[in-house]
Amino acid sequence: MSNAPALELRGLWRKFGDKIAVSGIDLVVPAGSFYGLVGPNGAGKTTTLSMSTGLLQPDFGTVLVHGHDLWANPIEVKAMLGVLPDGVRLFDRLTGEQLITYAGLLQGLDRETVAARATDLLAALDLTADATKLVVEYSAGMTKKVALACALVHAPRLLVLDEPFEAVDPVSAANIRDILGSYVRSGGTVIVSSHVMDLVQRMCDHVAVIAAGHVLAAGTIDEVRGDGSLEDRFVDLVGGRVSGEGLAWLRTSSD
Amino acid sequence: MVAHLVRLKLTLLRNALRRSVWQVVGLVVALLYGLGALAIVVGSMAVLSVQEPDIRGLVTVLLGSVLVLGWWVVPLIAFGLDSTIDPARFVTFAIPRRSLLTGLALGGVIGVPGVVTVGAALAMAGVWWRTPAALAVGVVCSVLAVATCVIGARATTSAASTLVTGRRFREVMAGVAVLPIIVVGPVIGRVTSGTTITQDLLQQVADAVSWTPFGAVWAVPADVADGQWGLAAARFGIAVATIAVVAFVWDRALAHALVNPAHQKVSSKGRGLGWFDRLPATPLGAVTARCLTYWARDPRYALAVAVVPVLAIVLYIVSPGGGVVLLIGPIAAYLMGWGISADVAYDGTAFWTHVAAPLRGTADRLGRVIAAGVIAVPAVTVLVVASALVADQPHTIPALLGLSFGVLLTSLGGSSVLSALVVYPVQLPGENPFQTKQGASTASVVSQLVGWLAVMALCLPEMILALMSVRGGSVVLGWVTLVVGLVLGSVLLTVGVRVGGRTLDRTGPSLLSKIVAFA
Repeated sequence: MSNAPALELRGLWRKFGDKIAVSGIDLVVPAGSFYGLVGPNGAGKTTTLSMSTGLLQPDFGTVLVHGHDLWANPIEVKAMLGVLPDGVRLFDRLTGEQLITYAGLLQGLDRETVAARATDLLAALDLTADATKLVVEYSAGMTKKVALACALVHAPRLLVLDEPFEAVDPVSAANIRDILGSYVRSGGTVIVSSHVMDLVQRMCDHVAVIAAGHVLAAGTIDEVRGDGSLEDRFVDLVGGRVSGEGLAWLRTSSD
Repeated sequence: MVAHLVRLKLTLLRNALRRSVWQVVGLVVALLYGLGALAIVVGSMAVLSVQEPDIRGLVTVLLGSVLVLGWWVVPLIAFGLDSTIDPARFVTFAIPRRSLLTGLALGGVIGVPGVVTVGAALAMAGVWWRTPAALAVGVVCSVLAVATCVIGARATTSAASTLVTGRRFREVMAGVAVLPIIVVGPVIGRVTSGTTITQDLLQQVADAVSWTPFGAVWAVPADVADGQWGLAAARFGIAVATIAVVAFVWDRALAHALVNPAHQKVSSKGRGLGWFDRLPATPLGAVTARCLTYWARDPRYALAVAVVPVLAIVLYIVSPGGGVVLLIGPIAAYLMGWGISADVAYDGTAFWTHVAAPLRGTADRLGRVIAAGVIAVPAVTVLVVASALVADQPHTIPALLGLSFGVLLTSLGGSSVLSALVVYPVQLPGENPFQTKQGASTASVVSQLVGWLAVMALCLPEMILALMSVRGGSVVLGWVTLVVGLVLGSVLLTVGVRVGGRTLDRTGPSLLSKIVAFA
């Protein structure tokens, strides 16, 4: 199973009420890749990532993590995954240090390992000074960082990060990019979703463009973008640019 | 603008009903219940209106005062106030505050309690049909009374919610809950003892109450009927002043809340790892440690504990020296055991941490049960022993312990199953504790009712044994109750944790997606 892809999605479907959020997504994420998932708002990125990490049951389809069926053996497969979901809360009445410890213990790590890794992670993410503060008092960016620490603490083989850079300041974002880069170089696999094309183009080696619940393009960055920039290619694929001429009345300051 | 707000409230109600069948069922049940209560009020008012000797004034003042008091106090200790149109949502719109207040107040009447109150108030005015002048005044006063109820409820909750941000929550909460009960307690005590109650006493109470904000508005028509125009004017003045004061309080509180959104201050720092250091470094230990930390830090859990001493005081006041106080042990056991029946809902979307981790459902269930048990077992033991000593019936201790532990273990088991099956919207930590969530009522009421019946049914053996032992004064039977309660309770708890764990393994992701949809 060593050469199986880190993540393989086969024919994933998910409906919410009458709305089809994800309609038949197939995707192969090679082991050791830094994979970007891009798409407009409401494209189904979060839904896809939730189904890939065991947080949301697909209506149809299979999720294979390193060749193992996630939804058939959730307990075994979840130990291989590190997850950072978007738009959910944390157990924010714990301190930052307690929260990372909690995540580590839930993964079955022993006390010494958790303690050592929590200290390392807090230092790497510049949270040491706030380690004893309750997470509820953290800013949005600090919350993102402590959630990332929770995803990393058990050294998973596959990291799935939904919007990891949202609200994070530029210095911390650069630190996180370094951490993720060296993690990929050491053999791990990272999937990130983002709106920021520029970031994905610089950071990732693979990318998939998702819109309206379908994969529009997938492959290495160079394959997908061709001659232009990723952003131009994305706009080509997704469409929907409107000119700003329509809102002439918005220029209140001109008169 | 006022019409807009009322229409918004109606639209929200309609959409909520469209969203789920259970909402409709819940509303129908509530409506039947409310209409039943209303029918009783209207029927008794019809009888009352021709009753001789004339006690119309007496009854309307007492009943009306209880109604107003209920609107003012109940949201503070129980259900909270419907927050479907939360003033905070209108911060960014340029709505004059006067329109906002009027709209919100009218919106507050929409709903079963509001409709029943309006009906009851009009029925109480209808009592005066034999005296046209009193009837006319009565209708006006009924409208004022409804306004007093609705605006007063908003005033007490918004004033209280500005007080309870921060750590003082528990103390203030207990204080707020205890005050009215201490006032009402002696009255209930006399009613239950049944001997000292006379019409004279009631008349005295009614006379006193009719000068208070709760009763004045209801006494005006009676004064008019008696031709006491001076008294009527004075009490009418009190009624109008009451509305002015509560409207002012609400207005001030709202003005404050709009620019200072509710925000829980929890500025204390954690020291070290707390429970995480003291419990085994396993997933089960971690869940237990997390739950224990939450019992201490999350006001929603603290509330479940804070109710217990209040209840003990109430039971004692109801019948000092009698046996009623003995009930506190079993009741507290039920409250604390059932307290984790919404545990997954309380986690909110943070529950994803459990779903994403390779955590078995049984470890999740057991961790929550142990945390609740660590708090409940000593508390229940102390309450049982203390209540038996207060009632001077120490020989009942084994029977009561058996019953209490039976109830505690059984309700912990029931909670473990229920919270793996049902989630409903609850307050997030840090939200205004006096608001209920849209849709909370239905699912919570139905599941609580079913769960309550199930726990009661499963506890029947120890209940019957305890009753026989306490009634018959048999200590031997008491020890039998203790054994039966512990054994039966442990078996049911084991079954509950197993079944709940297996259920959670299956339902975890779908519970999470439901919680995400609430948020």
